[in-house]
Amino acid sequence: MEALLFYLFAALTIGCALLVVANPFTRNPVTSAMFLVLAIVSMAGLFVMLHAFFLAAVQVLVYAGAVMVLFLFVIMLLNVREEERRPFRKLFLGLGLVVAGTLAAALFKAGRQPPELPAATTLEGETRPLGRLLFEGYLLPFEIVSVLLLAAMIGVVVLSRKDMNKMPRETAKNVIE
Amino acid sequence: MGIGLQHYLAVSALLFCIGLLGVVLRRSLLVIYMSLELMLNAANLAFVAFSRFRGDLDGQVMVFFIITVAAAEVAVGLALIVALYRRRQTVQAEDLASLKL
Repeated sequence: MEALLFYLFAALTIGCALLVVANPFTRNPVTSAMFLVLAIVSMAGLFVMLHAFFLAAVQVLVYAGAVMVLFLFVIMLLNVREEERRPFRKLFLGLGLVVAGTLAAALFKAGRQPPELPAATTLEGETRPLGRLLFEGYLLPFEIVSVLLLAAMIGVVVLSRKDMNKMPRETAKNVIE
Repeated sequence: MGIGLQHYLAVSALLFCIGLLGVVLRRSLLVIYMSLELMLNAANLAFVAFSRFRGDLDGQVMVFFIITVAAAEVAVGLALIVALYRRRQTVQAEDLASLKL
């Protein structure tokens, strides 16, 4: 049963990830975003199988909820058309495949003999033990991350101010032409 | 047949490679960003799997931090893309070549 569920979720995750990157039917970014939501939700299923219940919930809430809404919002805001299918330059396609293939080979070689680990204990990634660890052992990183979020917020506000995006005259002329 | 650490690591490696392919091959900045999210998620999966099979929670705390940082990163990155679109009216990576010699 467990194996069946694992293969189901793994296949869903990888299939949806492939459809995010290389959908044979459409190059519409909205489709990619929707398949990314599916991939993230099925990955939350994998997290549940690893007994990381809190992280599964956070994954669905933060990624599938907040981050993807942000993505869709920007796609709609920019009114992005379908990506044109320009022919790839053969050299770059080959290089990309070589890079990904080499990485895959290296990762699989490293993963074939994982270090000897103690047998899986009855570890439960529930909210209480995770929160305890977060506020005892990882208090300083937690505070630093909160400062990082504040910095990101200020950065976004500054970046999307109107007067920062005034076009210089030459660019404006180019666009009109 | 039991599902072990290697199975999860294989899924994670595959996901990472798919994300990398997306970053290298796609041209829309938004889709490149989504592929980056895929790569981050692959790392998250590896962390959670190691945490489970090692029997301590440190990996899960790390994933918690990664998710937080990824959210901040997405916010800043999308703001940059919007600012870029306002100036240049494009989100295609190939049209943004003014730094090219």
